[in-house]
Amino acid sequence: MRGVFDIVGPIMIGPSSSHTAGAARLGLMAGKILGEPVAKAEILLHGSFARTYRGHGTDKALIGGLLGFSPEDERIRDALEIARERGLDYSFAPIDLGDAHPNTAVFVMTGVNGRQITVGGASIGGGNIEVRSIDTFQIALTGQYPSLIVVHRDKPGVIREISDVLAKHHVNIAFMRVFRRNRGQQAMMIIETDEELTEDIIQDCRSTGVIENAFAVPAI
Amino acid sequence: MVNFNSIKELIELAKERNTSIGKITMEYEQEHSFDSEEHMLKSMQNNWRVMQESIERGINNKDKSLSGLTGGDAIKIYNHRDESYTGKTVMTAAASAVGVSEVNAVMGRIVACPTAGSCGIVPAAIRTAAEKNHNSEEEILDALFTAAGIGLVIEANASIAGAYGGCQAECGTAAGMAAAAMVQLGGGTPDQVGHAVALAIKNLLGLACDPVAGLVEVPCVKRNGFVAVHSMVAADMALAGVESVIPVDEVIDAMDRIGRSLPRTVKETAEGGLALTATGKAISKRVFG
Repeated sequence: MRGVFDIVGPIMIGPSSSHTAGAARLGLMAGKILGEPVAKAEILLHGSFARTYRGHGTDKALIGGLLGFSPEDERIRDALEIARERGLDYSFAPIDLGDAHPNTAVFVMTGVNGRQITVGGASIGGGNIEVRSIDTFQIALTGQYPSLIVVHRDKPGVIREISDVLAKHHVNIAFMRVFRRNRGQQAMMIIETDEELTEDIIQDCRSTGVIENAFAVPAI
Repeated sequence: MVNFNSIKELIELAKERNTSIGKITMEYEQEHSFDSEEHMLKSMQNNWRVMQESIERGINNKDKSLSGLTGGDAIKIYNHRDESYTGKTVMTAAASAVGVSEVNAVMGRIVACPTAGSCGIVPAAIRTAAEKNHNSEEEILDALFTAAGIGLVIEANASIAGAYGGCQAECGTAAGMAAAAMVQLGGGTPDQVGHAVALAIKNLLGLACDPVAGLVEVPCVKRNGFVAVHSMVAADMALAGVESVIPVDEVIDAMDRIGRSLPRTVKETAEGGLALTATGKAISKRVFG
């Protein structure tokens, strides 16, 4: 069962929980994964998002999210103007992703410090979202928990090293999944935790020497 | 550990402990989310504050939606309340529900309850009941938790999404939640809450979700007004002692089965019903090209 505040709630900017609130959360999550203010974003829209985005304000919600606005922030209505004022260079284009979830958006982003990342996700109903890809990794991330994302080589012992770091910092793992392209190649580990992930935890993960990169994405 | 899988179990727990369905729901939420009672009450208080703000904004709203299809009707209904056939209370409730739904359509702030498309029904019903009964805020929060408990069971045993169950899943669930809250605010028993939910949902079974151009506007905005009033009648009947012949959980089962058997054209696809009328198609063409 879901919670009381999924039924009476969430507080949100209308008109649609999937096409507006979910879209805002998706943008917010994509921005958090980029980890720095967005300078440029090309947003590819699939399915219902591509067909109906204007009528639901989906474009405003996606950009509002990228600007860091929560789904209940009334500035969403003016997000496109605010983005232009802040120099966020955005564009929208349709994309056919086959049988992907009908409310899917893919963010091709560049940050103000030059970081580039592509994040894809779906608004899966009731304002809930799932990030389904980061760059070429097919993943699953809901944004309901603080998350640790680790990029590493697929080999024995990496998971233990990282979980040791978390244990040392008294961080409890709620959910954990590992994704890889092929055996022995680059892999991605996503760990959702009950506690916040501080910068020193991320540094300790990097100091293990067994990973390529680690970054934290806060719950949204 | 508090657990319930049906409205019957929820009612039995409330009766056993001589408390409200809202209190049982709160206890359930506390055990499942590890949230404190104080924080939960604060969150619900915040929801109620936003609900009231959306009613105020709604019954004064003159803005049009992005599509231009809706906006400005709540104020008309509200201004007509003294000359209306149905009377001031009913018209105020209808205006409030339409108003909240208009606020949703103009990208204003609302509380999804259970969804954005049905967001006007519960706030309008609770406000109407609370004004008549002079309920305290504590009682209003309890009624909101009562409504949430009903919604949780429906979500688990049927659906609250138009895309899965048609509009009966959204406005039907909201009607059940609103009727439950009103019975609670009127001092009804847990059994009467159950009958109100059954009566409210039974009379919305099979309702199509066929929004014009796929937007949460036509028929959604005005339907919120109709369904708010519908839920008031269900609450009044239950408080008067009327019982539903079909028990509430069986009504929810029926809703689930009907939802599954409804064609997909009337499940939020904008491919059937009102969306496919000549006018509906013309509007869709105008909005999306």
